[in-house]
Amino acid sequence: MLSQEFMRNALLAGTFVALACGACGWFLVLRAQVFAGDALGHVAFPGALAAAAAGIDERVGLFAATVLVAIAIGLLGRDALAGRAGAGGAGARGSEDTAIGIAFTFVLGLGVLFLTLFSRGSGGAAGVQAARTLFGSIFGLSAGQARLAAAIGAAATLALAAIARPLLFATVTPGVARALGVRTRVLDLAFLALLGVVVAEAAQAVGALLLLVLLAAPALAAHRLVARPLAGVCAAAALAVASTWAGLVLAYAVPSLPPSTAIVGAAVLASSLALGCRGLAAMLA
Amino acid sequence: MSPHLGPNVAQDVSELVEYHFMVNALLAGAIVAVTAGVAGWLMVLRAEAFAGHTLSVMAFPGASAAALAGIPAAWGYYAACALAALAIGRTGSLRGGRTPAPRGEAAAGIALVQAAALAAGFLFLSLYGGVLGDLESDLFGTFLGVSDERLITLLVVGAAVLAVLAAIARPLVFASVDPDVAAAHGVRVRALGSVFLLALGLAVAAASQVTGALLVFSLLVGPAASAQALTSRPLASLVLTVALGLIVAWVGLGVSYFSTYPAGFFIATASCLVYVLARLLAGLRSRRGGPRARLPAAEPAPGEVLA
Repeated sequence: MLSQEFMRNALLAGTFVALACGACGWFLVLRAQVFAGDALGHVAFPGALAAAAAGIDERVGLFAATVLVAIAIGLLGRDALAGRAGAGGAGARGSEDTAIGIAFTFVLGLGVLFLTLFSRGSGGAAGVQAARTLFGSIFGLSAGQARLAAAIGAAATLALAAIARPLLFATVTPGVARALGVRTRVLDLAFLALLGVVVAEAAQAVGALLLLVLLAAPALAAHRLVARPLAGVCAAAALAVASTWAGLVLAYAVPSLPPSTAIVGAAVLASSLALGCRGLAAMLA
Repeated sequence: MSPHLGPNVAQDVSELVEYHFMVNALLAGAIVAVTAGVAGWLMVLRAEAFAGHTLSVMAFPGASAAALAGIPAAWGYYAACALAALAIGRTGSLRGGRTPAPRGEAAAGIALVQAAALAAGFLFLSLYGGVLGDLESDLFGTFLGVSDERLITLLVVGAAVLAVLAAIARPLVFASVDPDVAAAHGVRVRALGSVFLLALGLAVAAASQVTGALLVFSLLVGPAASAQALTSRPLASLVLTVALGLIVAWVGLGVSYFSTYPAGFFIATASCLVYVLARLLAGLRSRRGGPRARLPAAEPAPGEVLA
């Protein structure tokens, strides 16, 4: 299996993308921002199409769209939170969710427009392009693309490690962190921008619609299983990488199974198993 | 006769309603705007936007499963949305017992449902092997395909959703605004939540046939969020939601008839525009300090009483 070049590329890219997704996802679940991650995944699609319609490299559009919308969500969400400072709790969070929903629906609407513009120019290529962006094509990566994906994944993981301590502080007790001079606003935006990079990278590997699972499923299991932060992040990243490997091997063994589906299936199964073990342990104790 | 947008608005409108398919599209838009508006109003109130979004992408696995099984795509929509609503209702109680899961983990549970369903949809699609002919219109909406038969189905589903919501409206609003007090008064908060998600799922499935699965939010969230930003009185904002929804749907469909671009784009843009305007208006009003905004300041702050 490892003698196949496409398989080596897929494993290389998949490992580092999963590593970054798992670690980012742990913070995403802690900060109750899963919806933001999902919205960024959808935004990746119009970004790639806009680049295709303009005739430039799709990756430029992909990264530009996700990072810009991530920052917009950060600013809009802060606006919503400030507007309801007194209400707090579910109300504030709900209005942030609403802002996310409206922003990404608008960008998707633009995506439809680009799809129409693009399909006029290029015949059947538009549909293929759309399907590739929505569902990924990890077996289609070239060696250069795989190395680039791995480098970006590793860089994102390192960047997250660099801001992990203050970010955790700012997430758990924002008031205290601010009083001690932690710049929580900057951290919020930095985290969302980092998330944008990770999402754009993952969109190429597992697809815009499916990358959500690598963000959410391992992180959910890690939060339920492990209480300590460092161990939790490591568990989430390890689960994400393990699911990706399992999915890739499965897709290699069963040719009719698309690799994206196999990865998602493995991640959902692994998380469900982890949750089941936890439930069993609770019952025995 | 090719569509031609002239300066005479009355003439443009009469041209619109000249065609049977366009009348059907506008009627479908109206049914969907009312149903999605009411369901969306409750959804925004309950801060369940992510659950609503997850239900809206269920159209994809629904359509691909229906294609694989050889049944009409609309049936697949409704079935997939209802199943997903039940699954999301279950994730809230994953932890068991009475303590609800933390917000982040509840959202991750919803994400799990969404990802699993999408992956299943992709699998069905590749098992089906063929090209899903109208995948693009499933995802992004069309106004050409609304037959009389489909219109009647929409009407029945819309009426059913509205009837269910009307029946549970009072306890549901109570349970949404203050779940603890509602539970103490014997309101079955969790059961109500599940019934609401089921109704929301049907409303989403209906709406996705006009706006497309990915753009349902433009009718579900946009009007409701705008109305709730403009007024805090429940009934007034509900009526405003429906009115804004109708405007967004009809303007979007009308403009798309005169252009060559898909209806979903115009509906999404109109919805976003309405929301931005509503936010600006609300901000302007609170800065100027209307009578309602000044009311709390008139009462003495606790510190002043002590002094």
